[in-house]
This record gives sequence, C-alpha cells and structure tokens, in this order.
Amino acid sequence: MKIHEYQAKALLREFGVPVPNGDVATTPAEAKAVATRLGGRVVVKAQVHAGGRGKAGGIKLAADPEAAERAARQILDMRLKTPQTPPEGIQVRSVLVEEASAVERELYLSITLDRARATHVIMASEAGGMDIEEIAARSPEKIIREWAHPALGVQDYQARHLAYGLGLAGEQSKQAVGLIRSLCALYLARDGSLAEINPLVVTKDGRVLALDAKLNFDDNALWRHKGIAALRDVNEEDPLDVEASKYNLNYIKLDGHVGCMVNGAGLAMATMDIVKLAGGEPANFLDVGGGASPEQIENAFRILSSDPRVRAVFINVFGGILRCDRLAAGVIAAIRELGLRLPVVVRMEGTNVELGRQMLAESGLPLTNADDMGDGATKAVALARG
Amino acid sequence: MSILVDRSTRVVVQGITGREGAFHAARCKEYGTVVVGGVTPGKGGTTHDGFPVWNTVAEAVASERANCALIFVPPPAAADAIMEAAAAAISLIVCITEGIPIGDMVRARHYLAGTPSRLIGPNCPGVITPGQAKIGIMPAHIHRPGPVGVVSRSGTLTYEVVGQLTGRGIGQSTCVGIGGDPVYGTSFVDVLRLFNDDPDTRAIMMIGEIGGTAEEDAAAFVKSQVKKPVVAFICGQTAPPGRRMGHAGAIIAGGKGTAAEKMKALEDAGATLVKSPADMGATMAKVIGR
Repeated sequence: MKIHEYQAKALLREFGVPVPNGDVATTPAEAKAVATRLGGRVVVKAQVHAGGRGKAGGIKLAADPEAAERAARQILDMRLKTPQTPPEGIQVRSVLVEEASAVERELYLSITLDRARATHVIMASEAGGMDIEEIAARSPEKIIREWAHPALGVQDYQARHLAYGLGLAGEQSKQAVGLIRSLCALYLARDGSLAEINPLVVTKDGRVLALDAKLNFDDNALWRHKGIAALRDVNEEDPLDVEASKYNLNYIKLDGHVGCMVNGAGLAMATMDIVKLAGGEPANFLDVGGGASPEQIENAFRILSSDPRVRAVFINVFGGILRCDRLAAGVIAAIRELGLRLPVVVRMEGTNVELGRQMLAESGLPLTNADDMGDGATKAVALARG
Repeated sequence: MSILVDRSTRVVVQGITGREGAFHAARCKEYGTVVVGGVTPGKGGTTHDGFPVWNTVAEAVASERANCALIFVPPPAAADAIMEAAAAAISLIVCITEGIPIGDMVRARHYLAGTPSRLIGPNCPGVITPGQAKIGIMPAHIHRPGPVGVVSRSGTLTYEVVGQLTGRGIGQSTCVGIGGDPVYGTSFVDVLRLFNDDPDTRAIMMIGEIGGTAEEDAAAFVKSQVKKPVVAFICGQTAPPGRRMGHAGAIIAGGKGTAAEKMKALEDAGATLVKSPADMGATMAKVIGR
C-alpha cells in the first residue's frame, strides 16, 4: 500500500527521522495559514501517489504566504500528469506546505526487500535526486548496500558504513547514522515494503534531512497496523480496482478489449499472454482465487464488464478447489442479473466439469464453449473484433 | 522412485480443524497419503472428522512418527507454524497459506537455515507423487504416474500443464509447486537438482513467472548441471511493469524480472521454451519423443 508524502513525513517524525517543518493543506487559504505559521520561504508540493511531480509543475517555491496561497490554488486546480500517472492525469486534492531548505548536497537512501538474499537491503548513493534505477544502470559502483540481519535488524556499524560511504564526516555522519537507524526502525516495525528518501539532503547550515519521502507497506501485514491501513487514499486508485478489493478479487485494469476472468494468478497471467498471442489485447488481469463462491464470480463479472472497453469476455478456469458447477452457477446468475449483452467464451476444466458444461448449455444463454486455452483465446479475440 | 514424497511420507496437518485444513486432509487421505492426524493448539486430545488432533507438532511426531507437515494455518500464525514444525524435526514442511507478511517469512526462513528441514512454499499448491502421495490442494484426478517432473511457481497453471501432459498420455514423476511469494523455502534450483538425480524422472517441465531472479538462477543451474531435457514456460509476457500480478512475487520492478529476460536465459541454457501456454504438453511430447 502506498501513502502520501505528508503522511510518510508524519511517520518519519514519529520515529525520529528529521524532516522539514510543514503541514498539509486542502485549500489555498489553509496553505496560506501554514505558510504564515512557518514564516519565510516555503515549498508547496502536490500530494499524489506518483513521482515526477516537480517536472509536471506540481511543486512550487513561494517567497511569502500570499505566493503560497497562489501556488496552492494553481496546484489544487490541476490534473497532474507525470510519466507515473494515467494519461488523463490525477486530480490533486491536497498540498504539503513546508519550509524551503537551502541544500548543500543531495543524497539517496532506501530500504526494500532483497529477494535473492531473503532479507531487507539498505541502499545509499551520493547521486541523490536521480532515479535509483538510472544510477544502478549507469554506475552501479555508486550504490552502497548493507543488509539487515533477518532477526537482529540493522547494527550501528552498518549505519556508519553507509554514512561514511556517502562522504559524510563529523557531526553530519552522526546525524546520518541516527537517521538511518530511525528509518530502519520504522520500516521494520510497520512492515514496510519500500522506504525511499530521495533526496536525503545536507543543508547549508549542516543538517541532514529527509527532503522527500516515499513509504510503501506490505499489504499482507496491514491487519496488524490499523493506523497505517487508515492512511489508504482510495482516490488515488482506479475505482474498479477499489471495487474489486472489496470482494477480495485480484483485479488490475489494462487497456485492451478482451475481459479475462481466471482462477489463479499464474493461469491469469498466462491467459493474458495467450490473448495477446491470438492477436488481441487483454482488458484486465483478474484472479478470482482458488475458492471463489458464486457471489464472488458474480461480482467479478460485474466489475470486468463495467469496463467500457471490454468487447468480449474470456473465462478460463481450471477447477481444483473452485468446482466447475459453482463457477457455472455464478456465471449464469451474473449474466441474468446484469442483463449482459457481451459475448462470453467459457473454457473450463477440472473438478465437476461435465456438470458445469451441462448447466451452461441448459441455461439457454448465448455462451461460446472452448475446448482448450488456445481455442478460447482465438474465439474471444475474434468476438472482441466483432 | 520420485522426489520429496512417497508412500512412506507420514503427514501431520497443521490447522486441521479449519475449513480448508479439514477438507484437504480428507482429500489427501482419500488419495492414499498417510495422514496421521492434525494439530490445532487448544484442541489437543479431540478428534476431527476421524483424525486425531494434538496441541503441538512435537506430540504428533512422538506418537505417530510424522515426518511431513502440511500447513493451512491462517497468515498471522503461519510463520510460527513453520518454525514449530522445524523445531519438531519435521523433514518436509509444505505451507499452503497465502498472504503471510514478508517480514514474518524473512524471519522464518532464517530460522529454517539452522535446521535440516525443507520448506515448500508458502502460497503454493503443494507436492504430489502420482499414485503414491498427494500433499496439497491440487485436483488428484488429473495426475498419472510417469516420467516428467513438474516444478512451478503457480497453482492453477500447474494443473493446466499437468492436464495437458496427462491428456497426451504423459505421466508425472512428482509435481512440485514452489509458490508465488517473494520469500520462500525451496527454489527452482533445489527441485531441478532433485529431479536431475532422480532415476525415474526423464524430463523436466518448469513453469516460471515474472518477478525476481529465480528463473535466471535456474537457467544457470540447467546450463551447468542438468543432464535431462528441460521444457520451460514463463507467464507474464504481457504484464505491465510496476503492477503486482496477484502473486506477491510477480512484479516487474525497475525493469528487472521480465518474462523476456527469463526466457532468453533459459533458452541460452539449452531449455526448450514454450511461447504459448496452450502448447506446454505438446512441446514436452515432442521433446521426449511421444
């Protein structure tokens, strides 16, 4: 799960990571009030779950409270378009107003899972402000890494290695060690999946600060962090994704015309692949899970068919836990309930398949039967073309 | 012969009094697997659907010589269940549970590193040696004993390939689902090594997916060690970067872990690559001359 920068900075403060003073605002007047309280120059930053805000005009410097008010008005009125947002952009609903920092150096710091080592890795680089993937590709030697012990976490000497590796000395290295330890403590205590400080800055007056902050959390651990779960902003997610998550369906909207409904993530990905091989484009990834009930199937159907781009639906199910008769019952109920007019291709295999096929045949609904995955994909793509 | 599980495997089901645990314990027993009973803390001394229930795995080992644990414990307690099984000297731990926090798995895997126990999964369909033992949730009837070893990160896609093989009269030595999580117990390389050494496995079917580098590691092992034909399919060729495709492990991050990279690595290692998931069985048939 992703959260906003202002929420991330509040968590950083709670764990003792230094961040610039500031506060969130949802109106230009609020932004002016925050700027007045802070005094001096401020930065007004669009709060959206996407990077690349600066280049898109979502971050503005303001010399006084009136300028902050104007900047906030401009930003709150815009649909922010960055390489990480949908093409139509996203509506900015709040801004972070914080004191402007005089920056001496820009560094990079992050923590995430290293799958190969099965533990968390802390990465630091002197090339801050840049995309870490770009640094890794261009000059991998500029990234220094330390791995958290799976049970014991991060030790002081590791934080020192990172601080010295960043070229920090004296008082600044001490500040950096404290900051790294605090960030690791936050990441581990709240089941983070990514903590990225880019840039981590040294200010002209010698302070080490987290100027930006991106925190992501492990969805599977949110049950034990109610406070983190409450930070979710559904405005930042695709409405169909949000609807699907209510029913424990794994749905991701894509851009094609063939709606796919599959049980199991691997088979769902393979189904997208075969639709593409058959000359079509999948409209979505949708995994209804191993033990889907007829109600869940119905909801899945409703969600994927409410995507206006979908011109045909391809159901591909290999029933193990999910029995084919239950699937058939769900499909029939969904089509009747929704009065669905889209062509539907059904390929099913596995437990109780004969019963399921018989139910579909006797339903009198205009369904197309497929013998196998390849046959189903070909038929669905042809129907989507109309 | 086969790998990992056979007629001598004695299974204790952790979480046997839950809906899934009870259902699948019965299906495994029906298949002929020796299921000695189950564990649910607080329900020791009772029976559930005819299975004896213990409070601890250690008791199941002491009274019934259980050597394999099949775990259906819900996510909050699943990592603990894995460590309990290892502490009781269970040699094979199969964890079906989906949705275990990554931080918990990091600790559990570290714990296992100091023990002789092997973990399969989590978030996997389990292991089956057709005709001998089914330890997992896969539909039994699609499997047949035979010469092809199957290893996969996915559940239903494994059933798909097994269905295609059996449909062509090609049976399986053992099928292993290693699971779709980013931190897991047994890797492709571990299973490939076992299949390579198993005299009854003539060829290996490997199903990978986007995310991580486990398939690249497998490719290096295939190139240097594996003497048997390997047929491979990688799903997620059309997955967009940065979106998690259902499995916690299936995500293309930072341009790494794409299907194209994995397919190239395996092809360079001498494996036969299948482009369409509809052709997995047919390709294996060709490779082994059926």
